[in-house]
Amino acid sequence: MAGNIWVLTEQWRGEVSEITYEVLALGSEVAAALGVKLEAVLLGHKVKSLVARLGKADAVLYVDHAALAEPTAEAQSAALAQLIKEKQPRSVLIPLTNVTLGVGTLIAAQLELPGVNFCKDLRVVDGRLQAHCVLYGGKMEVLVTGLREPAILGISPGTRPAEKGQEAGTPVIEEVAVALPEVPSVRFKKYIEPEAGGVDITKQDVLVAVGRGIQTQDNVALAEELAEALGGAVCGSRPVIDQGWLPLSRQVGKSGAIVKPKLYLAAGISGAPEHVEGMKNAALIIAINMDPDAPIFNLAHYGIAGDALEILPALTEEVRRTSKKKAG
Amino acid sequence: MNIHVLLKMVPDVVEELEIAADGKSLAPESLRMILSESDGHALEEALLLKERYGGQVTVLALDSPELDDVLFTSLAKGADRAVKVTGVETGLTSRRAARILSQVIAATDGLMPADLLLTGTQAIDDLDGLVGPLVAHFLRLPFVAIVVQVGVDAATGTATVVKEYPGGVRGEFEVRLPAVLGIQAAEKPPRYVPVAKVRAVAKSRRIESLPAPSQLEPPLVEVLQMMKPEVAGHAEMLEGPVEKISEKVCEILAERGLV
Repeated sequence: MAGNIWVLTEQWRGEVSEITYEVLALGSEVAAALGVKLEAVLLGHKVKSLVARLGKADAVLYVDHAALAEPTAEAQSAALAQLIKEKQPRSVLIPLTNVTLGVGTLIAAQLELPGVNFCKDLRVVDGRLQAHCVLYGGKMEVLVTGLREPAILGISPGTRPAEKGQEAGTPVIEEVAVALPEVPSVRFKKYIEPEAGGVDITKQDVLVAVGRGIQTQDNVALAEELAEALGGAVCGSRPVIDQGWLPLSRQVGKSGAIVKPKLYLAAGISGAPEHVEGMKNAALIIAINMDPDAPIFNLAHYGIAGDALEILPALTEEVRRTSKKKAG
Repeated sequence: MNIHVLLKMVPDVVEELEIAADGKSLAPESLRMILSESDGHALEEALLLKERYGGQVTVLALDSPELDDVLFTSLAKGADRAVKVTGVETGLTSRRAARILSQVIAATDGLMPADLLLTGTQAIDDLDGLVGPLVAHFLRLPFVAIVVQVGVDAATGTATVVKEYPGGVRGEFEVRLPAVLGIQAAEKPPRYVPVAKVRAVAKSRRIESLPAPSQLEPPLVEVLQMMKPEVAGHAEMLEGPVEKISEKVCEILAERGLV
């Protein structure tokens, strides 16, 4: 099939998300390997000006529809499915984030096409596209291929540096009309902004992060003491926030904050991809985990395979001693 | 309110995972199956909705090792009905699993119409799609993912749901019922139920078994190879007694001016 490689532009609240550029960079490599064009698909309402930011693509397919003003998986998948049927791309790359989650699965289901999630890389082998995917919270990986074309590929964050997809250029714009239900079954009402106030973890130089391995709410205090000794703050991974042990404003990862502190000390965090997304660019990562095979150790600069509940208090004491020595 | 919760068993990744002889799947004997984490939140949200609005909660799952325990635990927590779909091989793709669940729901007396079908937003093995949107498609129902709050307005036949966006932002949506919702986190942490209560429920209550439809649709995705992650880098591991490790960490921090 001669179709082109498509990238769904993730645009949210009038901005092109960074992951779009990562996926465009990946898509351009695949398109080059297959000898086809790279096309970006932009869905939205009155966002035509964003086309100028998609210079990496050879062409942009732009769909303007009031039902696409805010991203609902229903409207986006219906629009994209119509385009795919009409234009027959070779493959469709969809950023896998909280904005677009579910869109790829819905399209694949509607068109009876292969849908693949959690792609960390794509390669072309003997003219066929293979996806390299991360499963089981980062513990296993698989190489997969779609048995039909086009495959709908959900691309995880971090596949390529965003800068590689941020080229200037003048893509050809093709405006396409789609038919969407007049009365949608899912209707956007409003955004709820995060509560202001408290500690902004994105502005801290030192973060002590706790995960499920901290075991109880009381043990969060051990991390707080270390954070205090280091002049930093405490944050957490999803399970800790869901348990209510720390407020939502302290969550690092996919749904929470993206942080880049000078020190990220992760205690009892296994390193699931959703968490890593939020902290992988910290200057220094030190991880404590009972499981010596925890994926966090593949990312951390220093690792301690041990019990965070023992190490945190000992470390706090040592930090206090060292600080005192320095001050004295 | 008729609420169904679709539960999925996944391998416990705390255990060492081994690759089967075919090189394409997990060795079943190496697996300890547990309830997918966000499915536990879907169940909790269903129980909270039942407490708020009344109604019945049914849990449904494809058969798997350790499933009975999860279903009895669900009943002990407050679910009214537990259904197990039998005659399925383990390790089904999400698409096939969702198709089977949809067929069973559509074909079984008393399961439709339902007001809400809840699933976890995503599971660690959802390689070929998420169960929520697949079921929504097969049953022709609306779908919202990453939901963290649900309110139901019976008079208008709608639900107001809150979903998560990046950076702590949330979005409010109105959804026509019946609908499928992918739950990210329940409004409260999943409740705890003592083992003794689960044991008592296992003696007094029954899990309904329903056979899976025999026709499986052809696969659309082929796994070529399964492998352990290629490790690009690895942490320098600090070993020894806790005091020595603490000293070493402090040295590292001091070198960078962090203490």
